[in-house]
Amino acid sequence: MSADAPVKSDPDIGEYQYGFHDSTDFYAFKSRKGLDEAIVRQISAMKKEPEWMTEFRLKSLELFFSRPMPAWGSNLNTIDFQDIYYYMKASDRQEKSWDDVPEEVRRTYDRLGIPEAEKKYLAGVKAQYESEVVYGSLKEDLAKQGVLFTDTDSAMRDHPDLFREHFATVIPPADNKFAALNSAVWSGGSFIYVPKGVHIEFPLQAYFRINSQNMGQFERTLIIVDEGASVHYVEGCTAPTYSSESLHSAVVEIIVKRGARCRYTTIQNWANNVYNLVTKRAMAYGDSLMEWVDGNLGSRITMKYPAIYLMEPGARGETLSIAFANHGQHQDAGAKMVHCAPNTSSRIISKSISKGGGRASYRGLVKIQKGAENCKSNVVCDALILDSHSRSDTYPYIEVEEDNVTIEHEASVSKIAEEQLFYLMSRGLTEEEASAMIVTGFIEPLVKELPMEYAVEMNRLIELQMEGSVG
Amino acid sequence: MNSLLKITDLHVSVDDKPILKGVNLEVRQGEIHALMGPNGSGKSTLAYALAGHPKYEIIGGTIEIDGTPLNDLDACARARMGMFLAFQYPVTIPGVRVADFLRHAVTNMRSPDRKEGEGLIPMREFRQELRAYMSELGMDTEFARRYLNDGFSGGEKKRMEIIQMAMLKPKFAILDETDSGLDSDAVRVVSEGVNKLSGPEMGVLIITHHERLLEFNRPQFTHVMLAGRIVETGDASLAHELHANGYASIRERHPVESQEHEELVTTV
Repeated sequence: MSADAPVKSDPDIGEYQYGFHDSTDFYAFKSRKGLDEAIVRQISAMKKEPEWMTEFRLKSLELFFSRPMPAWGSNLNTIDFQDIYYYMKASDRQEKSWDDVPEEVRRTYDRLGIPEAEKKYLAGVKAQYESEVVYGSLKEDLAKQGVLFTDTDSAMRDHPDLFREHFATVIPPADNKFAALNSAVWSGGSFIYVPKGVHIEFPLQAYFRINSQNMGQFERTLIIVDEGASVHYVEGCTAPTYSSESLHSAVVEIIVKRGARCRYTTIQNWANNVYNLVTKRAMAYGDSLMEWVDGNLGSRITMKYPAIYLMEPGARGETLSIAFANHGQHQDAGAKMVHCAPNTSSRIISKSISKGGGRASYRGLVKIQKGAENCKSNVVCDALILDSHSRSDTYPYIEVEEDNVTIEHEASVSKIAEEQLFYLMSRGLTEEEASAMIVTGFIEPLVKELPMEYAVEMNRLIELQMEGSVG
Repeated sequence: MNSLLKITDLHVSVDDKPILKGVNLEVRQGEIHALMGPNGSGKSTLAYALAGHPKYEIIGGTIEIDGTPLNDLDACARARMGMFLAFQYPVTIPGVRVADFLRHAVTNMRSPDRKEGEGLIPMREFRQELRAYMSELGMDTEFARRYLNDGFSGGEKKRMEIIQMAMLKPKFAILDETDSGLDSDAVRVVSEGVNKLSGPEMGVLIITHHERLLEFNRPQFTHVMLAGRIVETGDASLAHELHANGYASIRERHPVESQEHEELVTTV
């Protein structure tokens, strides 16, 4: 059993404590490496999908092959798409009790603290391991009120009309090369439906785990919040540390109907060999509120710009983005706000930290379409650079097709001041503790927006990133 | 046993420019020393050099506590040896709450061998102690939840320095113009606070231009600094005389240093 195998850690970058992995000997199925029509057909057949989905996948595959790699952002040319496993499953079924989950897998989630968190403060959990969801739960009272929280494959099977009405309507396969890839090989992900007027008090959490080397994880999440309802969904992700690359390319579609609220929180903590190329988009209708809280700490390269389309008057969108780029990492993260209707408002707050030669880029778009009068948008980006060989960039794009609008953009870049370090150290804090405290303080205005448990987790992850930072 | 802070022939440069040129000074636990001198004579430089600011480079001489040299120790290690500097200009740390910072600092000082991940001092105990000192220094306890020095007035910052001193209980405290920029009420509160805290357990070096702080905290020794050296040492009456008559007589008695001081100050 290799679950307890020692993890190689680079003393310069602090220890990534989720870098352990399990054996794959017990897996129920493992596809061959590489991507072609046969693999896509195999995935679809194994899932016993309807004809329309097989067709959808094959069309998407064509789009993926025909589209060029993005020429902006980070360098993705090192990804070898034929050296990746596109589908693996550890077990044949999703369980409702942790006791029934294969022991190796259960132990991983125990180490990640998921069953414990579930007992304490979650309304429901989905645990995806490789390509499939291996465990799922939802509090009974929510199920009784008609809340659906299931994996996306089951949703297609069990709620075909609701599923088909919304699937790929927010992010069509042709949207971008990686949306096309996901559409071709998607597996797992969360499906949530919150009926009219239902408020889910505690968060629903999904936990994504990659275990194998050269793995591709392509979950597909679809959230529908019906009129006047509300939900907070949280996702976390980790993977073992390998020398070869893995690929995570998700698509997340959200529909927030009139007067509804949705908050989607991500704490992305992939190992440093994972390419994280994710498309996330929400449609917010009249007087609704959509919020992305996007924390990117792990991965080798992340390119992710959660978008909100403000579709009707009174819709509000907010994105809080935290990126931490350490040695060997490029976090190209940000947000998109598209104002399609008058009297809509948006806010983007981005805080990035770069350290140990890491690079953090903010890339954001605020777009105001013709006719979207009286819109307001406010963008604040702060970057903190911890040493002279790290890098921070800001790429703000603003497209305005209407006169009567208010757009504010502020950006700042700062370095940890010697005076701040000295002051804290003169009170008996080590240089490491002092730096960590300054960094924690820098992101505090965002972290305090998180529920307590996640704020604690975020601060802990930041502290881990700061460990070993002083030579 | 009384601890001894011993400074011997200390030479300090900032950006390769010599500022301190052979300072000798001994402060014992329980003693109060006043350090005076015109602006630019090197008082704050001595304070920063003692606390271990990396920009203040020791190029000669020694700083010792009970025979242990501090020269090569960083600010954190010196703090843990019992050194404390109340800053003339306390630094703002956005996003870091006073209570969180101070609880961490107090824990480090009281259990210096604490391992990573071991607990901080109990919240209840810490909070009680902090509240007691805050009310003594006339600070609303609401400040414990504020970000460190962020949006604090001058007087609030200085009081927060003294509260930190009270919590950290150093062997040697350097007060760098703790009374500057304060109105007379605030000077009184701070002076009384220092008075309550000083005692046999603490040696205090008070850098000041004013008399109020020294009225409440009567020094046994007064040192006068000029051009990077201590040129005279006396008792409390020397401080009083300098307040009354200024530095003219000092300059007359030390023409060489006076000349050096003029050159230094005018080239800045």
